Formats: sequence, structure tokens, C-alpha cells
Amino acid sequence: MARSNRELQEINAGSMADIAFLLLIFFLVTTTMDVDTGIARKLPPMPEEEQQEDDSQIHARNIYVVLVNSNNQLLVEGTYMDISQLKEGAKAFIDNNGVLPDLSDNPEKAIISLQNDRGTSYKTYIQVQNELTAAYNELRNKAALSEFGTKFYDSSKSQQKIIRKKYPQKISEAEPKNVGE
Amino acid sequence: MSKFNRKLKEGTPGISTASLPDIVFMLLFFFMVTTVMRETTLFVDVTIPKATEIRKMEKKSLVSYIYVGAPVKRLQTSYGTKPRIQLNDAFAEVGDIQEFIASERESHDEKEIPYMTFSIKADEEVKMGTVIDVKQELRKANALKINYSTRKGTY
Repeated sequence: MARSNRELQEINAGSMADIAFLLLIFFLVTTTMDVDTGIARKLPPMPEEEQQEDDSQIHARNIYVVLVNSNNQLLVEGTYMDISQLKEGAKAFIDNNGVLPDLSDNPEKAIISLQNDRGTSYKTYIQVQNELTAAYNELRNKAALSEFGTKFYDSSKSQQKIIRKKYPQKISEAEPKNVGE
Repeated sequence: MSKFNRKLKEGTPGISTASLPDIVFMLLFFFMVTTVMRETTLFVDVTIPKATEIRKMEKKSLVSYIYVGAPVKRLQTSYGTKPRIQLNDAFAEVGDIQEFIASERESHDEKEIPYMTFSIKADEEVKMGTVIDVKQELRKANALKINYSTRKGTY
């Protein structure tokens, strides 16, 4: 009988807040809120042994050559260019539609060829990739706005597909070569 | 005046703290749910480059990370300052990447393999040579979906 009496006693919940605070502080300290972000890319598959690279099909005007040397300088279509001009340059090239004779026929045929040295810094490489992506994003946004009235990433999957077809992002990276690190 | 005095004499009633545990628990659950524990200890210093055209990465469980950077200060005496690759919890050589990809694939469902992404977290100061080597290994292993980890900001 005495035992059952003891069972009726309530547990003191006064220290509950303390325990909860302790746990709360632990989780506050260990929490990392960062969301992972980045630039997504698709690598080309490894070429087959016998397969020969066939560039002859592509007209020279449809290739926009971007070279980056080990001093992080850019050579675009044979002339020196500052990175701040790259986006406008790429946009003019992609969206030329056959107007100027040395730029692309149309956005579907346009290919950007990127080649960098082994000594190029990763920072510059990301900047170049970023500028080229920005060029495509701006063109896609413009097209999406005029056709569907929404930005590219806000439009539906099927709408995105149409825009993607019109402005395919063709960034080709040449096999790396070494010009001294 | 007299009114004021009377009030003072009564004394302010203490605020009830009975609901404090509830509030604290609410916060606790919020942080418990949002917490992502750091899985690996970094042996390399990585300051990821800034970019503007970034996208959020979907499905974190399908992302594997490859870190590239110079060893952290306390390891520089034994490992030097040359950029190195880190996979999981250890330094690795370029040749180890194939094995890493294979083991990462094994830990996932077969259906998920085409959606797996390999995220390259490389330091700004790393030379492209190392990154190119990593990319070539990824291509060899047919892991073509990659992501250059960047943070938001203008350079």
C-alpha cells in the first residue's frame, strides 16, 4: 500500500526548461544554415578510342573561341579582352542571327569553345563560366519574357524546354593542354 | 499622486514562467529539424569562389563532394602547402577518385545513380591543372553530372 502512495507523487518539472535550454544551445551552436549553391555543368563523355574529332562540319563563324592563359588573361576570338566585357561579347555572338559576318548564324548553331591553361586559377575559370552562363541566362530570360511573360526559371517545364531549344547552352571545353605553369 | 502610490504598494505581479519550457521546446524542435551535422572534417582550406549565376542544389543526399585546396595550417608541416584533394575523411590522390565514385554509387539505389551529382568544392587559389585532373577522372568514371560549388556575390 505504501508503494502505491509513492507512485502518485508528481515529478518536479521545474528543471525541464533548463534541460531544454541546454539542448537548444547545443543545436544552436552546431547548426549550419548554409544552402549549397553552385554552377551546374554536364561533362562530355570520354571519346572512344577510334573516334576522330570531326570539326569540319561546324563553320568557323559559329565558334566563339575563349582562351585563358596562366596569367588569367583572356583571348577571345584572337583579341585580348577584359573579363567584364565577356558577357556582352558572348551575347552579341550568340544572338547575332547572321547579321555580322564573323559572328554566329543563329543561337542554335552557336558554340562557345573554352580552353584554359593548367596554370589558370580556379577563380578566373569560375568567373569565365559565370559570365558565359550569365550571357545565356539573360538571353533566355529575354526570350521567355517576350514569349510567355515570365522569367526563364519561373516559367513552366514545357516553356523552359522551348526556350532551351532556342538557346541551347553549348559550352565546349577543349582537352587541356599545358603551356607552362 | 495617491493613485500612483497605491499601485506601487501592490507590487508588480511576477510574470508566469510556466509557458517558458513550451517556448524553449518550440525553438529546440526548430533547430533540431533544420540542423545538418557536418559529416566530414575538412583537412583542406577551401574558400569557394563567388559567382552570380548560381542555382540551389536539389536533393542533398545525391550530392557527393570533392574538396580541393591547400592543407589547413596545422597539417602544413607534414603535408606541405601544395593543393590536395580530399575525399570523405582523408587526403587522396587523383587516382583514388575512381574508387571513391564507385563506393558512392554503391551506397545509393540503382535508380538514383543517373541523378547523382559530384560537387567540386575547390579553393579560389587552386590552379586549373588539379581541377582538370579531377574532371578527367570523373569523365573516365562516366560521372558527368557535376557542380562547381560557388557562393553568391560579385567578384
